[in-house]
Amino acid sequence: MTKPAGVDRRRWLQRALALAGGLALSACDRIAQSDRVNSTLDVAEGWTQHVQRLLLGRQALAREYSESDISEEFRANGTTNPDTDEYNHLAQDHFAKWRLTVGGLVQRPLSLSLADLRRMPARTQITRHDCVEGWSCIGKWTGTRLSALLNLVQVKPGAKYLAFYCADTLELALDGTGQYYESIDLIDAMHPQTILAYDMNDRPLPVAHGAPLRLRLERQLGYKMAKYIMRIDAIENFSGLGRGKGGYWEDRGYQWYAGI
Amino acid sequence: MTLDRALAGGRVAVYRHPLIVRITHWINALSLLLLLMSGLQILNAHPALYWGETSRFSRPLIVFGSGDGPAFPAWITLPGWQDLASGRRWHFFFAWLFVVNGFTYAVYALTSGRIRWTLLPSGAQIRHIGRSVFEHLRLRFPHGEEARQYNVLQKLTYLAVLFGLLPLIALSGLTMSPGLDARLHFLTAVFGGRQSARTVHFITATTLVMFLLIHIAAVLAAGPLTEMRSIVTGWFVIKPDRRES
Repeated sequence: MTKPAGVDRRRWLQRALALAGGLALSACDRIAQSDRVNSTLDVAEGWTQHVQRLLLGRQALAREYSESDISEEFRANGTTNPDTDEYNHLAQDHFAKWRLTVGGLVQRPLSLSLADLRRMPARTQITRHDCVEGWSCIGKWTGTRLSALLNLVQVKPGAKYLAFYCADTLELALDGTGQYYESIDLIDAMHPQTILAYDMNDRPLPVAHGAPLRLRLERQLGYKMAKYIMRIDAIENFSGLGRGKGGYWEDRGYQWYAGI
Repeated sequence: MTLDRALAGGRVAVYRHPLIVRITHWINALSLLLLLMSGLQILNAHPALYWGETSRFSRPLIVFGSGDGPAFPAWITLPGWQDLASGRRWHFFFAWLFVVNGFTYAVYALTSGRIRWTLLPSGAQIRHIGRSVFEHLRLRFPHGEEARQYNVLQKLTYLAVLFGLLPLIALSGLTMSPGLDARLHFLTAVFGGRQSARTVHFITATTLVMFLLIHIAAVLAAGPLTEMRSIVTGWFVIKPDRRES
């Protein structure tokens, strides 16, 4: 009862190949999960940020487009409706009762209504929105210049960042995090195109795109542009926020500097 | 310039690849492999390509898979599970390595005369390009003195990859950056828009994969041992030309 040697050899070869393939794949996965490997890869984010800041300076403007370039379909990503009792209550009368709280390391904490914001220095811009997923859409945005708001509240010397707290919870995690938040530094906050948008394509910002107020940060990716903003704090570091990385998506592995 | 070592049986070892070429070759190979795998991970987040500045979702140029959810299988992506954040982390780290490595090679190759001596085809080679194509199709590779230098098809392919495809993939990648776009509007214009640049990035990557397959097939056909020895140790062994001996 001897089997032909060829069959055995073939079966052995198949097994060896499957084993080698499996080992290679699991080795890859183990490397990709290692903390040390990931923190090494993270150094590239610092290089990107430094080189881009050097090339762009504080003032270089993102490209602006004409009315005819505006996308017919502008996709909404992340939360498209916070749908909490509190938010629904505010949305009912077109956010007449909504207030934006500005606090943290500022000389003059403020609480502003949508009407207050609409009376402040504004900017309108037609810009391209680049999602981290890879797609792009062009939209027209009108909003309060963030620099004007900061001049009003007067940021204290120790402050380095602005934190944006939002009305939406993307995913309620066991550690209590999951509320959307984002942060930007004061260089980006003072950029002329950085606005708190209340209008999109000449109409009040739709719920899917972050009503009543969303951030526009034109030189970075979409996930930096917090929607459904409820509160803005000037802060020194990220230690008191979420899991400490400076944003909802940053806490989940995405880069804080999203210029690429 | 040429260092030859006589070996047994009339073979001659020629010092073909200096250390810097061997090192940059392997860093480039590793970077390209990881960039390709992490690039497919990133593409999985929105597996559709468009032409122009924006994504007209109703009119994509190419849709992979169903267009929703991962289109490329786990074994070809890095990491091997769906994770856009990690894919980006790998991609941008090796993009830096790829660019710095490429610059190092380019500066060396342009200043040392390597381009002129090893990659620019001679007049005679250009004239006999037809015969070279014919010989290649018959899988006949040069021996003896002829094997000292790259043949004309090799030279033209390497030039196209080094100074065409590799810069193109770096530039089309950089064009997608919303940060750099604020400074480099002209690049976006050259590619015909950000989404066009994304499409060009993918097509260039695909072309590089085809080059890689041919490159590896050529190494296997020409003698994997000799070829690997030369790109690892620098020494390329020439067998005596049978037609001469």
